[in-house]
Amino acid sequence: MTEIGLTPAEAQAAALEQASGARIAATEADGHITSTGLTNEKLGMWVFLGSECLLFGGLISTYLLYKHNNQAGGPLPHELYDIPFTSISSFVLLMSSLTMVLAVGAAARGDGPKLRTWLLTTALLGSVFISGQVYEFQSFVKEGMGFTTNSASSAFYTLTGFHGVHVTVGIIMLISVAVLSWRGRIPKERAESVEIVGLYWHFVDVVWIIIFTVVYLIK
Amino acid sequence: MALTTPDSGPLALPPGERTVENPLGLFARPRTKTGWRSWVSTVDHKKIGIMYGAAAMFFFLIGGIEALIIRLQLAAPDGKLVSADLYNQLFTMHGTTMVFLVVMPIGAAFMNYLIPLQVGARDVAFPRLNAFGFWSFLCGGIVLNSAWLLGGGADGGWFNYAPNNGVTYSPTHGIDFWNMGLLITGIASLTGAINLIVTCLNMRAPGMTLMKMPVFTWMGLVTQFLLLFAIPVLTAAQFLLMFDRLFNANFFRVESGADPLLWENLFWIFGHPEVYIMILPAFGVVSEVIPVFSRKPIFGYQFMVFSGIAIGFMGWGVWAHHMFVSGIGPISVAAFSVSTMFIAVPTGVKILNWLATMWGGKLRLTTAMLFAIGLVGMFTIGGLSGVTHAVAPSDTQQTDTYYIVAHFHYVLFGGAFLGFLGGMYFWWPKAFGYMLHEGFGKLHFWLILIGFNLTFGPMHILGLQGMPRRTYTYKDGYGFNFWNMVSTIGAFTIAASMLIFAFNILYSWRKAKAAKLSVPADPWDGRSLEWMVASPTPAHNFDEIPVVRTLDDFWHRKYGENEAGKLVRIAATEDVIQDGSNTDVHLPSPSYWPLVLAAGLPFIAWGLIFNLWLCVLGGAMVIAALYGWVMEPSVDDEAPHDHGDDHDGGDHGDDEAAAEIEDAEPSGEAEEALVD
Repeated sequence: MTEIGLTPAEAQAAALEQASGARIAATEADGHITSTGLTNEKLGMWVFLGSECLLFGGLISTYLLYKHNNQAGGPLPHELYDIPFTSISSFVLLMSSLTMVLAVGAAARGDGPKLRTWLLTTALLGSVFISGQVYEFQSFVKEGMGFTTNSASSAFYTLTGFHGVHVTVGIIMLISVAVLSWRGRIPKERAESVEIVGLYWHFVDVVWIIIFTVVYLIK
Repeated sequence: MALTTPDSGPLALPPGERTVENPLGLFARPRTKTGWRSWVSTVDHKKIGIMYGAAAMFFFLIGGIEALIIRLQLAAPDGKLVSADLYNQLFTMHGTTMVFLVVMPIGAAFMNYLIPLQVGARDVAFPRLNAFGFWSFLCGGIVLNSAWLLGGGADGGWFNYAPNNGVTYSPTHGIDFWNMGLLITGIASLTGAINLIVTCLNMRAPGMTLMKMPVFTWMGLVTQFLLLFAIPVLTAAQFLLMFDRLFNANFFRVESGADPLLWENLFWIFGHPEVYIMILPAFGVVSEVIPVFSRKPIFGYQFMVFSGIAIGFMGWGVWAHHMFVSGIGPISVAAFSVSTMFIAVPTGVKILNWLATMWGGKLRLTTAMLFAIGLVGMFTIGGLSGVTHAVAPSDTQQTDTYYIVAHFHYVLFGGAFLGFLGGMYFWWPKAFGYMLHEGFGKLHFWLILIGFNLTFGPMHILGLQGMPRRTYTYKDGYGFNFWNMVSTIGAFTIAASMLIFAFNILYSWRKAKAAKLSVPADPWDGRSLEWMVASPTPAHNFDEIPVVRTLDDFWHRKYGENEAGKLVRIAATEDVIQDGSNTDVHLPSPSYWPLVLAAGLPFIAWGLIFNLWLCVLGGAMVIAALYGWVMEPSVDDEAPHDHGDDHDGGDHGDDEAAAEIEDAEPSGEAEEALVD
């Protein structure tokens, strides 16, 4: 402390002097100090999701540009949509957000068995959604709309496919966290890892709400 | 003792749990601190910054050779050095290399090295992610340039407009390499952005509010936000192009009724923020250099910061000025014309503030200062020719002529690159522990300034005379001969000046080594926190995390005001610096996993182009590396460390002060920091 010419008393005085403006950080359970009070990992996930918005923004714009474009022939996506079927699989995906919240709650209480139950339920609901998407893609291909059929079909498969890949990555993360919890590595004080995976999962759900509305419901 | 990273990251092993000695049975955790292994496994933001800079200078050599071949071809009419096809590849690869593999990574080098030091942190928020960012940048650069060995480079210009970028018009794999290489460097930009944004927002020293951050760090933060939002747009566009070229999708095939403007819009929504991604870090460098060598604080700090933020916001609303001749309609043209003129305002604010900082200052014309002044002058010329592009009727005359080439070289070479060279002279002693020779430095500066103006100045004239861009030759009698020859002479002058720079590095290093010279912590009488630590920066950065009270805190530890308001020294520099003697600091441990993860990516890229089996290999590497990474604690408990075991005993005044500040102000609002 002497090296920089500050005694603790001086430092404290300096600190109090600017206490009104300076927001010096809450302390986490492990004693690590951050300026915002959020952990680096959680803030990092928020920042990453901000970036993801623009990725999906680009793909959704592409779909909107091409949704009526079948100049190369073949059917348009909205001639083939099975709205009741997709509504059910959308509902399943939305319910997985609820079970994710329950998992985060269980993790915060340090309830390992409940945590694993809800994580695996969330993963299962996500898998049901993905199965629905695979079935939907197959039936569209059978009806003559493949990936390369026309600009609209390319845009449709790319957008929904990118979302499907995001859900799949989420499922892998959920199962990984469940395995970690089973091996005793998600104690109460590290419940935040579940919360961070949850942030990603909710984001993927929110993106689906937009895709379902913009792509499927609006003609 | 404050740790750089919590030893219990969310998914890491709990503290105290034994590290698996050979995760996945592959290799032992690296522990060496010297030799090449310490570089390939490093997670130290300083080493990563230096590697970014070194790799960028290597790619500068490649891009520079491409430029020299272009200038030789155009030196005289009817040039026969290269074919039209090879010429197309050369200017495409020159542009792509200089943008993505030179200017962006030099900016990344400075930001990686300096941001943690300037905010008073011991490392970035995610050290291993930082290493991964560097390795994936390098792998992306390798994939892009591997095209030269595997059938020829991309040939559609650095923006690769549709439909020229389709297999119909560009049947070689060149554009596939371009596409894959830039997707991989995009990963590097994304991880870097997440890392440095979190570092700036979350890892500031006690008292370092946002409005006490140095201007360089502020410009870095704005740049990273631009990267965060611009890169995914390019990524989306590149995925569409990849699906078109490799899997027969219909995004850009005009024969299937696709709209070529989709690519142009997506590319420039990325591409215009990209312009500011390249120039803002250089603005930051200059904003650090000029106050130090004027012995004055930066003029209008708040204005500097907010004009940088304004450029960041407005940079999103001007992209279509690249498309005035593409038929976007009069309303779009008018709107983007106005917004483009408007963005010149915050840029002009910055120029004015630099001039006002120098005004009445006690100038020291060191090499770094000369380069900084060079940026101010050359960027102003480039900025003014940019405003002429904002005037749409004038732009339609200038589009696709050498006038455009002159404009963007004035802002990117005369702006960004000169600024970065100045930054290198300025921070070289901090990074490497020896000074660059000032005499050779000044020779370097004057030669590059003259060479630069000889090269790109005549291009204004050629452009207005009607010489088109991207033309591989021209006929005698068009009136282009003289200025093209001047331009070629200028290009070789630039090359000579860069050789002097390389010689200077070697010469100064030898001299410092022979005379056993060491550089003081604060050779320039600096203002920001990085000058408070020993040169070269010790691995742990700060012996004690400083408590920050003012903007330019380090300066105010050295100087105060007397009753008459005159500047007086209140402490000797030796008394306020830290000598790097504290070895009682836990640092994040080195790891090979970031390198393994990044090394899998080129195999996926080559696999998509040539043979999908390679993708299996690359994918296996990526998955293995991901799990190895997650299961490896960020701090290696088994590592031999040279510090005492009594960590609590290592607590120092500043940490206690930090704890007391918390007691005094346990919670604050983010808004307050912005207002402060």
